[in-house]
Amino acid sequence: MSVDAATVRRIAHLARIAVSEDEVPHLQGELNAMLAFVEQLSEVNVEGVEPMTSVTPMQMKKRQDVVNDGEIADDIVANAPATEGHFFLVPKVVE
Amino acid sequence: MTDLTSLTLAEARKGLAAKTFTSLELTDAHLSAIEAARVLNAFVMETPDQARAMAREADARIAKGDAGPLAGIPLGIKDLFATKGVRTTACSKILGNFVPTYESTVTSQLWRDGAVMLGKLNNDEFAMGSSNETSCFGPVGNPWRRDGSNTTLVPGGSSGGSASAVAALLCMGATATDTGGSIRQPAAFTATVGIKPTYGRCSRWGVVAFASSLDQAGPIARSVRDAAMLLRSMAGHDPKDTTSVDIPVPDYEAAIGKSVKGMKIGIPREYRLDGMPAEIEKLWQSGADWLRSAGAELVEVSLPHTKYALPAYYIVAPAEASSNLARYDGVRYGLREQGKSINELYENTRAEGFGAEVRRRVMIGTYVLSAGYYDAYYLRAQKVRTLIKKDFEDCFAKGVDAILTPATPSAAFGIGEKGGADPVEMYLNDIFTVTVNMAGLPGIAVPAGKDAQGLPLGLQLIGRPFDEETLFSLGEVIEQAAGRFTPARWW
Repeated sequence: MSVDAATVRRIAHLARIAVSEDEVPHLQGELNAMLAFVEQLSEVNVEGVEPMTSVTPMQMKKRQDVVNDGEIADDIVANAPATEGHFFLVPKVVE
Repeated sequence: MTDLTSLTLAEARKGLAAKTFTSLELTDAHLSAIEAARVLNAFVMETPDQARAMAREADARIAKGDAGPLAGIPLGIKDLFATKGVRTTACSKILGNFVPTYESTVTSQLWRDGAVMLGKLNNDEFAMGSSNETSCFGPVGNPWRRDGSNTTLVPGGSSGGSASAVAALLCMGATATDTGGSIRQPAAFTATVGIKPTYGRCSRWGVVAFASSLDQAGPIARSVRDAAMLLRSMAGHDPKDTTSVDIPVPDYEAAIGKSVKGMKIGIPREYRLDGMPAEIEKLWQSGADWLRSAGAELVEVSLPHTKYALPAYYIVAPAEASSNLARYDGVRYGLREQGKSINELYENTRAEGFGAEVRRRVMIGTYVLSAGYYDAYYLRAQKVRTLIKKDFEDCFAKGVDAILTPATPSAAFGIGEKGGADPVEMYLNDIFTVTVNMAGLPGIAVPAGKDAQGLPLGLQLIGRPFDEETLFSLGEVIEQAAGRFTPARWW
C-alpha cells in the first residue's frame, strides 16, 4: 500500500500538523518508504493469533475510588502559554 | 589523589564512606569536567547550584551515618525525566521552557537514596532516533573517535547525552530510557554499560511518554556493578503507573560475581544477518567463548519471527506516539503558535514545535490507526508482536537462561552519515535490540571489544522476565574478560 498526495494532506490534518504544499511530495516519499518497509508483515501467518494487549501478564491494577489529589490549580496552569485566572485561553471555539 | 572523575560509582561509594573525599569534592570535579566538555553537547541544562546543595546535604548525611545507597553520587538525568523546578523538554521545541511542578518517580527514588543531580542530558527529540541527531538542542558528540581521525561520531540514541556523558567521565552514571534500543545501542557505541529492565520494573510516571507499551527507564553506567547499583534505586512498584509491577526489587549487586556455571545460553541463529561485518561476528564468538570458559553451556536457538520485529515496531511505536503526542496542543503547556481558529492554533503549534522525525512518526502513526487501515496495520502488528514474544517463551521453556547477541550491527557512525535519504537506514540500527522491547524482556549491553578502527562494540544479553540478576552475573563475566574501555580525551 502507498499513499498519494491527497492522503498525505488528510493524515496531516488528522494529526493536526500544518503541512505546506511544497512539503507534501517529500513527506509522501518518506511515508511510502516506511509503508514499503512494514509491508513484509503481510507474509506472516497470523491466523488465530491473539493481538497483544499487555506485554506483562498481569491483572490491570485498580485503585480505590477515592480523591487522592487535587487543589493544585496553580500548578496545572503554571506552564500554560495563555491563561486567565485558573482558565486556559484559546481562540473562540463556539460562535 | 587520583582524578575523582575516573572512579567507578562503586569505588566512589567506598571513598565517600571512608571519608577519603567528600561528595562536594566529587561533585565539583564532575562539574568542572562538564564545563570542559561542552563541545560534546551532552548536557542541555547544567544545575551546578542544585548539585552543590545536594552534595552538601549528602555529606551531612554521610557524617551522621544515615547515608542512602547512592549518597553523594553525582548523576546526569536524561531530559525525558520530569524534574521539579528544572526545565524538562524531551529535547523538543514543543515543550519550550516547560518547568515541571512534580518529580518523576524514578528520579525521586534516586534523590531518596542520596544521589546528586548534575543536570539534564541531551537525547533525540521525544526519544525518537538512534543517533541523537533529532534533538532540538543539536547533536551530541561521541567521546570516541576512529583511530587517527578527527571526525565527530554520533553516540547513538536516543539516550546519546547519557551515554556520551558517562563515557566522557562527566557523571558517574545516568538515567536513560529505551523504547527500541535507546539505552543499549548508545551504550554499545560508547563502551558503557546499559540495561533496559523488564517492562514494568521501573515506573514510567513522570517520564515523557513516547510509546507506552514499550518505554522503560534504566541506567547507563561505567561498569556492570554500577548499573546494578543504579537499577536497584530506580526500580520498584509505583501505584501511579498501572503497568508498574508490584514485586520486590532484589539486591542486584549481589548477583555480581555469582557463578554462571551450568547456565544455558542461547545463540539465536536468526541474528546472524547476511552481510554482517566479520568483526561483529568475531565479537559474538568471543562472548560465547568467555561464557563457556566461565562454565556456561552454549546452545543454538531459533527465534523465527526476529526479522518482523522491526517492521512491527514501526507500526506499534508510531501509533502509540501519535496518541501520546496528541497532548501537545499549544494550550496547556509548551510552545504556542497563534491561529485564527482553535484548529489552526493546534496545526501551527504542532508544525512549528515538532521536528522532522517526530512529525514523520506522528503522521505514520495517525495513518495506521485511521479508519480502514487499523486492521491491516496496527492489529496485524500486534498479532506479530504476540508471535515474537512466543518465540522467546518457547526458547526459555527449553531451559535457556539468557540469550547472547551482538548489541548493534555496526560501531558508531559520523554525524549526518545515515538516514538522510531513507529513514529506514537509521531504523536498522535497532535490529538486535527492538525484539526485546516488543517482548517486554530485560536486555543489557556490555562493552566487549573494538573494531578495526578502534571504536567500541558491545554484546547484548537478553533475559527472562524480571531476571535482571542473571544478566548482571553474565554481564560481569563479559566485562571481566573484555576489560573496560576509556576514550582518549580530545575535547
